[in-house]
Amino acid sequence: MMMANDIRPEPSAKTGERLLDVKGLTIEIETRNGPATIVDGIDLHVDKGETLGIVGESGCGKSLTMLSMMRLLPNKIKVTKGEANFAGRDLQKMSNSELRKVRGGEVGFIFQDPMTSLNPVMRIGQQLAEPLIYHRGMSKAEARKRAGELLKLVGIPGAEDRLDAYPHELSGGMRQRVMIAIGLACNPQLLIADEPTTALDVTIQAQIVDLVKDLRDKLGMSVVWITHDLALIAGLVDRINVLYAGTVVEDAPVDALFANPSHPYTQGLLASIPKLSDERSARLSSIGGTPPEPGRRPKGCPFAPRCPLVEAICHERVPTLEGLNHDGAHRVACFVAQRKLEAA
Amino acid sequence: MAAQPLMRIENLVKHFHVRLGAFGERAATVHALDDVNFDIFEGETLSLVGESGCGKSTTGFTLLNLHRATEGKVIYQGKNIVELDEKAMRPYRRQLQIVFQDPYSTLNPRMTIGEAVGEPILFHKLATKAELKDRIATLLADVGLPPRFASRYPHELSGGQRQRVAIARALACQPKFIVCDEAISALDVSVQAQIINLLLDLQQKYGLTYLFIAHDLAVVRHISDRVGVMYLGRLAELATREELFEHPLHPYTKALLSAVPEADPVHERSRKRQILQGDVPSPLSPPSGCRFHTRCPIAMDICGKVVPEWREARPGHMVACHAVTEGLPG
Repeated sequence: MMMANDIRPEPSAKTGERLLDVKGLTIEIETRNGPATIVDGIDLHVDKGETLGIVGESGCGKSLTMLSMMRLLPNKIKVTKGEANFAGRDLQKMSNSELRKVRGGEVGFIFQDPMTSLNPVMRIGQQLAEPLIYHRGMSKAEARKRAGELLKLVGIPGAEDRLDAYPHELSGGMRQRVMIAIGLACNPQLLIADEPTTALDVTIQAQIVDLVKDLRDKLGMSVVWITHDLALIAGLVDRINVLYAGTVVEDAPVDALFANPSHPYTQGLLASIPKLSDERSARLSSIGGTPPEPGRRPKGCPFAPRCPLVEAICHERVPTLEGLNHDGAHRVACFVAQRKLEAA
Repeated sequence: MAAQPLMRIENLVKHFHVRLGAFGERAATVHALDDVNFDIFEGETLSLVGESGCGKSTTGFTLLNLHRATEGKVIYQGKNIVELDEKAMRPYRRQLQIVFQDPYSTLNPRMTIGEAVGEPILFHKLATKAELKDRIATLLADVGLPPRFASRYPHELSGGQRQRVAIARALACQPKFIVCDEAISALDVSVQAQIINLLLDLQQKYGLTYLFIAHDLAVVRHISDRVGVMYLGRLAELATREELFEHPLHPYTKALLSAVPEADPVHERSRKRQILQGDVPSPLSPPSGCRFHTRCPIAMDICGKVVPEWREARPGHMVACHAVTEGLPG
């Protein structure tokens, strides 16, 4: 057992320089009844060196936004409007071959389920070497050497011997470490982690979270961590975007979000997590109802039908993200929250 | 909580015989459950926690006689139910119900919700055909669904609604005891809270006893009276919720609690976590002695050789660990 010493009392050094800037991205899916909007004009950004947490429940579009932006989804899911600038270039305007250079090169990915993301009939070493040969133009021998170093970096015991192993010979936690090693192979500027610990046990989850934290600080990259678990990312990220029905409803620095959640949906999410201090069997506060289905988005604020603070205006108009304090770091898309602040 | 156990589990063992290799040429034994002992008291919620493969679900299945126990006893109403055949088991089946993780795969997609909930009522002859419709409506109301849902099909429902139907189906039998096998694990946080509240309400209304199998310790801490921690087919520790979370004794319990993230960024950034190295060993060849000794930070010589005794270290606080000296004579 080791004690984790990588305590970060201060959020990581941010430059304020935009690495990823998504503006008004709209994503539609082909259905039998015509196209349905799943993500509606989403805005989000990641600064250099920053770790952003994207939180939301199933179907809120959190994975979809990041994956469709990189054109990693089937053809019937399409970006129809908006732009996604990565390091100053619009990903939506890139050709497929240009985008291939970005994927796995400047942008690394870790997915939820390493068993389906790794090729079952290819040795670990080859899978690690592939991006190095493709993006970095390394020779096979160089790539293999680097692959061994990468496995060591992610803490796989007996790294060099494991290069010839197949994915099924590794445990779930080890496979996820291999995924991370592949994601990091080309020293990406941005690592997109899509629920990388959801399938793992809690002690293994803690190992993986600490590993990513450690590597991020060592390599100085930006990270987008997509999850449904607010508690998991509390100690990991600098800033959080809360997604609901394909829109960002709250954007805040991590401490501000937990200390002063302002959107009723964020408040509901936080309140539905059981706390240490709760009495046994105290009723958990829950959010009634379920999120809208894609294509059946209500007019006005998408959260209005479930919102405890709903007012007439919420059914009429869609609120936009507005800064809550003068520096605008804490933003919320809610008429009621915005008005409360004006009154204060 | 009455002092009389509703169910007493004695030396329960479950081994699965499997065949390995591409052509099944190698026989092997999965030690899913070894020498498990505990009582379940009437009206309580007892949770079993642990990582995948620790035997928590196998315990639930075996004590309902859904898996045939390899050895040991499960005493319910004075009878050892794990030796009963299917026919003799039937009256007990009604009282002992189970709710699974994935209600989509447990509900018949071609049966309406009303038919699904009504089926156990007719099977156990708990209502006449004439009374059935009212009974179904009452059950749906109990789980917070409007009566019109009776004519719908599972695919028309959300995950949370389907889980409510699965609970209504278990309730239809008027059970005394329900095993909730990861019953809320697949649900979103906000919906999960709804189902937890529902389970707590129903427990109060009908005096139900729950065996709650879960891996989410925050949820377990919220709903349990007592909590058992399992590791690789054995119980490591069992105590009341307060004892277990405030005074954990077993090093595995301590590591497990330390791995749970809290929804508090300031606390999370400053806390020192004990991170366990390595993975859970294979249940095909579990380590000798204490099964945790290969990952234990305080393992001693004896731990690899002798299985630690399952004993009461503090009042009502059971533990199996050589390093724990509390409650030992001298």
